[in-house]
Amino acid sequence: MSLTQNISTSISSSSSSFLAYSVFPYRDVSLPSKNFGTCRCVAIPQEEKTTYKTNVSRNANMAKLQAGYLFPEIARRRNAHLPKYPDSKVISLGIGDTTEPIPEVITSAMSKRSQALSTLQGYSGYGAEQGEKPLRAAIVSTFYGGLGIDEDDIFVSDGAKCDISRLQVLFGSEATIAVQDPSYPAYVDSSVIMGQTGLYQKDAEKYGNIEYMRCNPENGFFPDLSKVCRADIIFFCSPNNPTGSAATREQLTQLVQFAKDNGSIIVYDSAYAMYISDDKPRSIFEIPGAKEVALETASFSKYAGFTGVRLGWTVVPKELLFLDGFPVAKDFNRIVCTCFNGASNVVQAGGLACLSPEGRNAMQKVVGFYKENADIIMDTFNSLGFNVYGGRNAPYVWVHFPGRSSWDVFSEILEKTHVVTTPGSGFGPGGEGFIRVSAFGHRDNVLEACRRFKQLYK
Amino acid sequence: MWNLSLNKICKLKMYNFSTCNAMPCRNFLWPMIPQARLEIQKERVVCHTRVQRNVNLEKLQNGYLFPEISMHELQHIRKYPDAKLINLGIGDTTEPIPDIVAVSMAEYAHALSTVEGYRGYGAEQGNKALRKAIAETLYKDVQVKDSEVFVSDGSQCDITRLQLLLGSNVTMAVQDPSFPAYIDTSVIIGQAGDFEEKSGKFGNIEYMNCGPQNNFFPDLAKTRRTDIIFFCSPNNPTGQAATRQQLEELVKFAKENGSIIIFDSAYAVYVTDDSPRSIFEIPGAKEVAIEVSSFSKFAGFTGVRLGWTVVPEELCFSNGFPVINDFNRIVCTCFNGASNISQAGGLACLSSEGFMAVCSVVNYYKENAKILLETLASLGLKVYGGENAPYVWVHFPGSKSWDVFDYILEKTHIITVPGSGFGPGGEEFLRMSTFGHRETILEASKRLKNLFS
Repeated sequence: MSLTQNISTSISSSSSSFLAYSVFPYRDVSLPSKNFGTCRCVAIPQEEKTTYKTNVSRNANMAKLQAGYLFPEIARRRNAHLPKYPDSKVISLGIGDTTEPIPEVITSAMSKRSQALSTLQGYSGYGAEQGEKPLRAAIVSTFYGGLGIDEDDIFVSDGAKCDISRLQVLFGSEATIAVQDPSYPAYVDSSVIMGQTGLYQKDAEKYGNIEYMRCNPENGFFPDLSKVCRADIIFFCSPNNPTGSAATREQLTQLVQFAKDNGSIIVYDSAYAMYISDDKPRSIFEIPGAKEVALETASFSKYAGFTGVRLGWTVVPKELLFLDGFPVAKDFNRIVCTCFNGASNVVQAGGLACLSPEGRNAMQKVVGFYKENADIIMDTFNSLGFNVYGGRNAPYVWVHFPGRSSWDVFSEILEKTHVVTTPGSGFGPGGEGFIRVSAFGHRDNVLEACRRFKQLYK
Repeated sequence: MWNLSLNKICKLKMYNFSTCNAMPCRNFLWPMIPQARLEIQKERVVCHTRVQRNVNLEKLQNGYLFPEISMHELQHIRKYPDAKLINLGIGDTTEPIPDIVAVSMAEYAHALSTVEGYRGYGAEQGNKALRKAIAETLYKDVQVKDSEVFVSDGSQCDITRLQLLLGSNVTMAVQDPSFPAYIDTSVIIGQAGDFEEKSGKFGNIEYMNCGPQNNFFPDLAKTRRTDIIFFCSPNNPTGQAATRQQLEELVKFAKENGSIIIFDSAYAVYVTDDSPRSIFEIPGAKEVAIEVSSFSKFAGFTGVRLGWTVVPEELCFSNGFPVINDFNRIVCTCFNGASNISQAGGLACLSSEGFMAVCSVVNYYKENAKILLETLASLGLKVYGGENAPYVWVHFPGSKSWDVFDYILEKTHIITVPGSGFGPGGEEFLRMSTFGHRETILEASKRLKNLFS
């Protein structure tokens, strides 16, 4: 069996057997509360074996986390479902994982770079931690043309999730954050880990010290900023994961003004910018004045199917300064040089190919394919009489199930249609009553899933 | 490159600012006041946020060591554009990756453009087959389970993730000298206390001096207890590999103190004698140690990015909570797995053919080390390391290491690394890395002979 086949046959999401460690028997620690609706962790009574314990205290911040990260939990549920219904064809519209092959123009660049590494002329060792110059330049010209962003404002990374944590390390434990509610869980979870938050408040389903900015159909999925308290850092994702909503120019202008008035820093997550269908801004830097209040993270994951390949970037404008005038980019650069060692060179070659004219066309085709999926899903739920949001400017459809627990709906859909979705409350209390359906998937799977939804909810 | 004068102005203004604008750290009900302004040299008004700079980052004394070395290199090239610069500074691998490994990555990349071969998100802990291969090939006799192996994009990243895991309230000990990332990440996370100019040390860190006088192994009787002990063997920068006996002492010390050893085995494959290649060769280590390692110096993956960390199931915090559970949570939340292409390469490195191929490259660097070692010894210089690691550690008693660095750079156009960059215990020493094309190493030897004979 070839080596590549070895890799290919492995499970591509967190295996449930690993998560057995979440229930590894231990004493003395009260179990995290279960907010997933069903019992997951149970302390197994330990045999009378003297287990050596070090004298190192567990990080109290880790103890604040309520449960595992959301998406491994979704994977665990999916994997638990499989053996129960071995003949069912489980369809995954849960974790936003890309499914379509990467265009050849991109993979051939990565193959070429890999081969080159075995030659004298082509071998390269450590790359610049900030990323390879041609790639940084290509990112600027592709995404930030005319916005006054320079090549050296770009920091290439192994993806947005890692960048978010590195940004948290940069800001430190004394910074306060605001997040949209609902929002991508990494913002809140990394904040807890860094020690920026208070304890979890079970009744509110919120962590102390985080400002949650409710985004719902009533406010057009844009927070009422007049009701938002100041926080140092404002995480804002548009097009939004999970709601699929993209902020308008006016809304972002408001946001930039709000940040300016409060002296806050916006961490703008633009991972889904290419999914925008209309004229909504694709970058925060389209808003005048944004360079003084915002930095932007982005990713190749959902554009080029790089979810496993790992490539992203963060833009930190020179104009962004701390209170004492110190440039944020300088500290971020120090973090990148100390806590990171650059994205893989082979992968960066792929990134560069993505941004060639042929590569961009190819990416647009793949993005277009997933958008068609989103249309199909939206039409399905619309036709069933649901209130459906998102889908037009993002690969996520946000379906309202008023009055129902989202984990219950998740379970019902999984049980009755064998389709994995993501319960809205996994993204924060503002997600309760909603289900996120991701639009990644082979066309036939998406069509089949929609057929099953129609069966269930007709 | 940041404008130095702008920085100076910013710093001056900082002092003015903090006296008249002392702000509490957490105050949600901050009134919406107009933006204050900062005047700069060119009379241009610059806006700034009201977010306080992370004080931990302020504590860092300079840039990270290796980019600083790069800056010196650049300056030197500008000064002597025709000089043939030889880089024995940053430990960067130079020899091509074996075909079998490169081809496996190329094939895997190609497969991603096919329906059958496409893969999306991988397990954050790493590809199962790779974890298994690491456990079975590299931890064959010490019973490390594949479920205890976490694949990463390299040690530097793992070290930070471990610091995130441990948090700001733990204390740590490092060898002195040591790989700068241990101290720097400790400062960044907030464990390290303040820098003391006089000693060149951070107040809360325990520095375990390692020098010729103690055979490069710390006197543990004089070492105070800390929660975490960073230990690198074979050592960067001294090139020393700890003996079995020394590591048994270390494990015992950790056990008695209830400490956790973070054992950096990135250079294990360079060991030529019977020094342990993994901390887990020591009985009892699984209850007190985490091991971090890397494909960088093993397979030339410095740019490809692949490494791993082993967290034994037995390792528990004081309340009995398994460290592995928290590390897994960090990995799932702050990371999204190493590149699947790099992992394909890693798997090829661990196949029997691949392993032989990468080992022959390692042997090439070991031969380089031998040449440099012999050269320096023949010149009457006090030289250490080089036998179990790709670094030689040269002692220049009475000299400042940056002065020696400058002197050698100026006279021979060879970049090295001044020992003080690795901690105060590195003063008077110079690190030379033994990566490089053979002819480069030979040329370097020639120039050093000219200079020092």
